[in-house]
Amino acid sequence: MDWKGRDVISIRDFSREDIEVVLSTAERLEREMKEKGQLEYARGKILATLFFEPSTRTRLSFESAMHRLGGSVIGFAEASTSSVKKGESLRDTIKTVEQYADVIVIRHPKEGAARLAAEVAEVPVINAGDGSNQHPTQTLLDLYTIKKEFGRIDGLKIGLLGDLKYGRTVHSLAEALSHYDVELYLISPSLLRMPRHIVEELKEKGMKVIETTKLEEVIGELDVLYVTRIQKERFPDEQEYLKVRGSYQVNLDTLRNVKETLRIMHPLPRVDEIHPEVDRTKYAIYFKQVFNGVPVRMALLGLVLGVI
Amino acid sequence: MPELKVSAIKEGTVIDHIPAGKGLKVIEILKLEKLSNGGAVLLAMNVPSKKLGRKDIVKVEGRFLSEEEVNKIALVAPTATVNIIKEYRVVEKFKVEVPEVIEGILRCGNPNCITNHEYVTTKFYVISRNPLKVRCHYCERTMEEEEILANL
Ligand SMILES: [Zn+2]
Repeated sequence: MDWKGRDVISIRDFSREDIEVVLSTAERLEREMKEKGQLEYARGKILATLFFEPSTRTRLSFESAMHRLGGSVIGFAEASTSSVKKGESLRDTIKTVEQYADVIVIRHPKEGAARLAAEVAEVPVINAGDGSNQHPTQTLLDLYTIKKEFGRIDGLKIGLLGDLKYGRTVHSLAEALSHYDVELYLISPSLLRMPRHIVEELKEKGMKVIETTKLEEVIGELDVLYVTRIQKERFPDEQEYLKVRGSYQVNLDTLRNVKETLRIMHPLPRVDEIHPEVDRTKYAIYFKQVFNGVPVRMALLGLVLGVI
Repeated sequence: MPELKVSAIKEGTVIDHIPAGKGLKVIEILKLEKLSNGGAVLLAMNVPSKKLGRKDIVKVEGRFLSEEEVNKIALVAPTATVNIIKEYRVVEKFKVEVPEVIEGILRCGNPNCITNHEYVTTKFYVISRNPLKVRCHYCERTMEEEEILANL
């Protein structure tokens, strides 16, 4: 696979081999970054970050990644401050911005916007979230975090806890994990179960999938517990949200009979699904996970720019 | 019971083996209710059929189908056969086929899909033919038969 000029739109487009290339490149860049502090691979290159919907963390992570690679960043953080407000089409915005930049990162509230942007643009486009569809760099940093902690992904028992119905990150992560030999535990209130078609797809790919509503019955088995927040805004019906609000929480009590090596992850931000007292335990790695977004995004930027 | 005979046409198209009840939908997607050449349109519904049990037949005078229209029919009536008639004779006959990629003829059922907000030619991948299931190239959402019919 030739990475130079490639778009990063959907985790569906990634084979296991592609994923491995990103993870090993991220590992190398993280090491080099520790040794040298500042890298120079993207010297003279410009990244445009087009955030049609605000997401400060993701934007900062990409900007940090580009700066650490020695490149520079332009862009906007909110569509309301750009010409988009005047009704300019996405197509025209992209055709304009690509005159200024070597690579584009886009975040957009409409599903499929990143794919369209990639088709319009001559320069590579990276999807930083399109509506409730895809956020591939999140999934890659999740995989990177698991690989870093355990030295491998194969052979692990991975639990996904929380809103598995509307949670975009867990859909993509489950799909990416289907390239690996893992056992997947889907733990959620019954109202928030993983959509049937996704579960069927995973099973068709030969994955062992265990569904349960009871965290306490399976937590002792797990190597990784990936916790997600209930996102109120994704619920079509507020009554449904009220029924499940606060229906699960990981606290010290939950963690009494877990493996010593258990690792708890969370895409952040969290509300109350992980009690802050858990932060001090050796199990919590969600802030490391945030850090890992930087080398992973450096790897992607470097690869699609063809500079590493 | 013998198959029902409907009067022959001199020139045009006969769409046969339409699943019973889908004939009207075929007329609708081909916009035959507004046929501009003054030709007749015949719809036979619930006709006994050896292959299907019951079927619908649509005959259109003086009009032939584009590839896009044939693809549309395939989505509504995957069992259909198309007969092209010239001088009262069938000069060509073929089964419709659901293509692997459906471009331009279907709207995405996801209201938040970019294709419903910006000028984009839609594109869907057929992931299953029976039952019919397609995935939007842009928003990646899948649509099944009922939703597909509503968005043709
Ligand atoms: Zn769509």
